[in-house]
Amino acid sequence: MAELLQILISGLSSGAIYALAAVGFTLLWQASQTINFAQGEFVMLPAFFVLAGMTLFGLPLWAAILTAFVLSIVILGAMFKKLVVEPMLPHGTMPLVIATIALGLLMKESVKEFYSAQGQPFPSLFPQHVMDFFGASVSVQDLCNLAVAFAAIIALQLFLQRTRTGRAMQATAQDPRVAEILGVDVKRMVMYTFLINGALAAIASILISPVYLAKFSNGETLGMIAFIAAIVGGFNQIRGALVGGLLIGVLDNLAAVYISAEYRTAIPLILLIVIIMVRPQGIMGTSEGRTV
Amino acid sequence: MKRRVFAGVSLSVMMMAMSAHAETVKIANIAELSGPGAAAGSVWSDGVDLAIDEINAQGGILGMQVDMSKYDTQTDPQVSRALVQKAIDEGAFALLGTVYSSSTVVNMLVAQQNGIPQFTASEAPSITQKGNPYIFRTNWGAQKGMPKIATYLKDQLGVSKVAVAWANTEFGKGGHDSFVENVKAAGLDVVADVPSEQGQADFSADVLKIKNSGAEAVFIYLTQEEAARFLMEAVKQGLDIPRIGDSVLTSEKVIDLAGPAANGAKSHAALTIAADDPLVQEFAAKFSKRFGYSPDYNGMKGYIGAYTIKYGTEMVGEVNSQKLADVVHGLCLDANTYPGVLIDMCWDDVGEVSRQSYMVEVKDGRETVSEVLPAN
Repeated sequence: MAELLQILISGLSSGAIYALAAVGFTLLWQASQTINFAQGEFVMLPAFFVLAGMTLFGLPLWAAILTAFVLSIVILGAMFKKLVVEPMLPHGTMPLVIATIALGLLMKESVKEFYSAQGQPFPSLFPQHVMDFFGASVSVQDLCNLAVAFAAIIALQLFLQRTRTGRAMQATAQDPRVAEILGVDVKRMVMYTFLINGALAAIASILISPVYLAKFSNGETLGMIAFIAAIVGGFNQIRGALVGGLLIGVLDNLAAVYISAEYRTAIPLILLIVIIMVRPQGIMGTSEGRTV
Repeated sequence: MKRRVFAGVSLSVMMMAMSAHAETVKIANIAELSGPGAAAGSVWSDGVDLAIDEINAQGGILGMQVDMSKYDTQTDPQVSRALVQKAIDEGAFALLGTVYSSSTVVNMLVAQQNGIPQFTASEAPSITQKGNPYIFRTNWGAQKGMPKIATYLKDQLGVSKVAVAWANTEFGKGGHDSFVENVKAAGLDVVADVPSEQGQADFSADVLKIKNSGAEAVFIYLTQEEAARFLMEAVKQGLDIPRIGDSVLTSEKVIDLAGPAANGAKSHAALTIAADDPLVQEFAAKFSKRFGYSPDYNGMKGYIGAYTIKYGTEMVGEVNSQKLADVVHGLCLDANTYPGVLIDMCWDDVGEVSRQSYMVEVKDGRETVSEVLPAN
């Protein structure tokens, strides 16, 4: 029982961070039909903003994180939209997909070239204490990661459902032409979505890098897992991405302990195949219409 | 007239180029400068660079300057294979690298086919068991260290049940098989056998499995970044059994990445900069001064490999790949006469190395040597 509890908590902690990245996939898809294959690199990069702030500019951790947050929103949000998505989108989805793949490669190689090819230690925001919880050793870091990731997703849901801007973003996602007729500033709403994605990527990066270590290649794994999580949960639902992320986090740990550590990486892919065959719209997804 | 001047200038340039070519010795370093192996490959490569610059400053090899080429395998065995061929095509008479065994087992066949001696950092037992007369280690293979680890676990720690966490790669498989064979021969039970993938980031399930297995000690045979992640997760889950490994576990890079989680880790290390040896300390100081970070055993291996090429070639008296390979088989170099090897070492007839070793523990974020063990 204690073992199962520990697997669940560890899995949920990792899964919640995958969910943050997966939410980014669904947000951008809803707002602009953009499948961002650089999403993994979006999660990789903010950790290097933090490290660069601390090592190159001598900033304290909190200031480096704040700077990384702002840079992520500007570069991964606004500049990504202006410089990549807007010029490519009129040419259709495929050119944009290729452009995001190229962007991911550029980001990865740039970090490797200008920072380091080696993994870097990354400071944890939370204490490393271990607590005994019904016989399971639960780290405070895992619990805090889980709490922060959940808080970010709940805050996003509340923003989208309870605020005027959020509802305007939903309207834009459902039907941009009707939203525009009703007076919604569609371009601005789409921009907000990209800015939110930049912020979520920064949160995921800061939470996961103390565990993964900051490394230029982190995006490969994270991007793949987040993409699968988004499809499994439902590409057109934020809560679907949340469910997909948590499910993959827990299943990965369960598989490693009870099935085979050697085949653990296959489990998310098997899940993906099953979902596509049984419920192509995803666990929480709807087969028609779109909402943010 | 113009034609004559042009022909004269061309001839002069050609003669200068030929003369420059004749005065250099081409050596290639093929290493993991990016990808999952970058932590190991880049330190190895810096060790090579340090040695080659010293060799050139001392007059080179047989009075000729060393012309070093560096190639990045991206930690991809197939890329490494192509790069070994490229290095040979470009005229390298001896090769350094690769570090990852998964690459070396693939690319050493190319060097063998071309009759080029290759000095590798890889430690998988299989590398020197394939009958390749051109492969030479710069450190001994995993199979040579495991009997000492098994004895340490049984006699000094007094454990009867052990767990092993290992990298599911050529390097890891070789070390794992040798470890399991030796601990079983020593009468110990392997109660948890946990493989992990190259580049694996989440070790929570691995640590949990070991924690619940009843193991009294865990042997960690992972590459640097994975070893650091394992140690951090072990602390997170309160895994309070002895954590034993090889040179990797207590290396500078692992200590840097894992931070306080590395404290208490112990290893049987073939090479360590914590060795109380003036040559090793001098090397560590030069390396740190030049590159701004402390070297680890991979930096030492790169340095030793480059100097071995110099010493071997000068013994032969000419730049000849076949003669270099022949002379290193059965060669012993003592560090007083040949300081570039740092510690006395010998190669046997298959390129395997013998050298003294160390029991190392990480205390307060630093490697400390607790015991020096004789060569086997």
